[in-house]
Amino acid sequence: MSVYLDHNATTPIDERVFEAMLPYLNGSCYGNPSSAHRLGRESQQALQLAREQVAMLVGVQPGQVIFTSGGTEANNLALKGMMAVVDAGSALIVGATEHSSVLAPADALQRAGYSLAHAAVDSNGVVKLAEFERVLSKQKTALVSVMLANNETGVVQDVKQLSAMASRQGVMMHTDAVQALGKMKVDFDALGVAAMSLSAHKIYGPKGVGALVVKKGLTLPPLLHGGGHEAGLRAGTENLAGIVGFGAAALLMQSGLQQRTDHCEQLRDRAEQALQTIAGVVIFSQQARRLPNTIFFAVDGIEGSTLLMNLDRDGIAVSSGSACASGSGEPTHVLRAMGVDDGLAHGAVRVSFGSGNTVEDVDLLVASLQRQIESLLKLNSGWA
Amino acid sequence: MNNSERVPVYLDYAATTPADPRVAEKMMACLTMDGDFGNPASRSHVFGWKADDSVKEARGHVAALINADPREIVWTSGATESDNLAIKGVAHFYKKKGKHIITCKTEHKAVLDTCRQLEREGYEVTYLEVENSGFIDMKVLEDAIRDDTILISIMHVNNETGVIQDIAAIGELARSKGVIFHCDAAQSAGKVEIDLEKMKVDLMSFSAHKIYGPKGIGALYVRRKPRIRIEAQMHGGGHERGMRSGTLAVHQIVGMGEAFRVAKEELAVESERLLALRERLLAGFSDMEEIYINGDLSHHVPGLLNISFNFVEGESLIMALKDIAVSSGSACTSASLEPSYVLRALGREDELAHSSIRFSLGRFTTEADVDYTIELVRKKVDKLRELSPLWEMYKDGVDLSKVQWAAH
Repeated sequence: MSVYLDHNATTPIDERVFEAMLPYLNGSCYGNPSSAHRLGRESQQALQLAREQVAMLVGVQPGQVIFTSGGTEANNLALKGMMAVVDAGSALIVGATEHSSVLAPADALQRAGYSLAHAAVDSNGVVKLAEFERVLSKQKTALVSVMLANNETGVVQDVKQLSAMASRQGVMMHTDAVQALGKMKVDFDALGVAAMSLSAHKIYGPKGVGALVVKKGLTLPPLLHGGGHEAGLRAGTENLAGIVGFGAAALLMQSGLQQRTDHCEQLRDRAEQALQTIAGVVIFSQQARRLPNTIFFAVDGIEGSTLLMNLDRDGIAVSSGSACASGSGEPTHVLRAMGVDDGLAHGAVRVSFGSGNTVEDVDLLVASLQRQIESLLKLNSGWA
Repeated sequence: MNNSERVPVYLDYAATTPADPRVAEKMMACLTMDGDFGNPASRSHVFGWKADDSVKEARGHVAALINADPREIVWTSGATESDNLAIKGVAHFYKKKGKHIITCKTEHKAVLDTCRQLEREGYEVTYLEVENSGFIDMKVLEDAIRDDTILISIMHVNNETGVIQDIAAIGELARSKGVIFHCDAAQSAGKVEIDLEKMKVDLMSFSAHKIYGPKGIGALYVRRKPRIRIEAQMHGGGHERGMRSGTLAVHQIVGMGEAFRVAKEELAVESERLLALRERLLAGFSDMEEIYINGDLSHHVPGLLNISFNFVEGESLIMALKDIAVSSGSACTSASLEPSYVLRALGREDELAHSSIRFSLGRFTTEADVDYTIELVRKKVDKLRELSPLWEMYKDGVDLSKVQWAAH
């Protein structure tokens, strides 16, 4: 029996999402949405419905939703697209704790000749407003990208405030809301940004589909050329089943937010209370506003990867941070940016709860952690 | 004929295909809580490892169909992305070597629009003409190669005409001149044999949904020996050995793997069956007046037939053929009412290009479907021609090319 506590990496598909996708998976509905015949038009209608469902979840018009192959593509499209329409040599600011799908395209833009600055965070992982103001006011800053919620710490940034500061300087803002969606209220207009990235597989939808939500009138050259799909902003035959699944997942997320939040908070608080009684445990970002489902912690003197392997043997699936960087063995850039020393950062473990988790799961996690930490520490002291 | 349970008859397999039941089954197994829902990039638990194993298996199936090494397969969101990644990836990586690219006027929009974008970035692109048969003249291609040519991008099977280019010969030529060769094989994989041990293709684009796999997934083959380098176009977590970032869509990948596995198994038998069906379709039209086959059938994908019915407007015919799902050409340009640029490149006049229908047959097409189609098309073409003054003039023996139309 396995306990899955890695919902920030990916989520299992909700049964109702699966049901909605089924006709598009099993060959009943398969027309190419670009085809003029009836089968094509039916597919086009399914796309339109999904677009409305995603739009409604974040409070925008369907025409503002551009479907992509996922959050990574949405972030690439936003950064590269928005920087392509400003003067050469303009500057871009990204948060220091952004996901690699923002940091890497930002680096690529820097290689292409744009200037790049990183917005510093405090020891809790929250963007420092005074410093943000300072980098923002630098000449030629055209775009800033700060995520709504961090995938590792769960820290929620005050994007509304940041976008207001940016707009006072005439700077556009993008936010990566991939981790935030479904876990907190995400209202595009209230955030005040020009573009926002979303992903389906973090909200019990399928992998391989995401969206970039854009402000009306935003000019954006496409990343993928050919065929002029998505109003010319994203070429390629649409991932029909995936998009239908994204729509269905978005529809489910429209209700029950409070219930999901309460459920996750209850589990998280129970886990954190137990963790705090274990000597050497440090919980990151506990003083900041966080997503209700995420705990990021480390145990002094214990290698995170060893702990993870031992937990896996007990049937408990957690991670050391971002799945996308989990092969590297390097301490995460998020903790580095927060000033956590490398020794402690090496021990980092992320627990992220989801709708399917129970109090029993928490108790299994806690029992396993206590046992493993004790035996690893004993082993360490034996060697010393 | 009572064919109601099969209406509409789907003959647009070149636009997209329904998923094969075997593909659907494999995909569905990834989409449930007890299935492979893990993120293959998760290295710390069994959910991630299982997902990674599924991806590995699928990679093997895709590589096997084209006789390549699994490490040469890069997953993308579809053939459009593969074409973009191949062409921009080479252009950006090798820009110091040269900025000239050769492609062809009958390529898919995913190649042509990408080349147009590179022109805006300062690259120079030669768009080769094709012969009326649809083939590229190798001499014309050879003459187009310059010292600063870095890339040739020519498709394997054309999506509108079904004509197969001699990519083995193009590969030989490209290799001998030290030019990288990219080939869009979205319409050929699983339909004609591809052996990348033998063919000197450096980069090849694939799509799953053209061969009974899911939409929204594709792959790019990137040759290892000699090693071809490309600059990534999607930056992030460094998935796919840095060539394409983004969480792998496991169910999609598994679906594509299964589609390619089945295609390999059935390719020989299915090709023969489809060829027979196409010949049956063509025979059903052969005594009609004023019909023109677009694209030379001597080197041609088995399941496709593109015919112009002169004096009939293609879109009107499609509307009249409500019970058959066909198209006038590429689905990706079907919203536009322009005559097909592919048929224009084959030297077809606007009128004939406007009157074309692409019939594309596939795995679930039966003889009854073909017979029903023949009967319906003949009936509708006759009816539309009856309404056409041009048809009447033609029947009266007027040479329409010599008519002086009054300006108004």
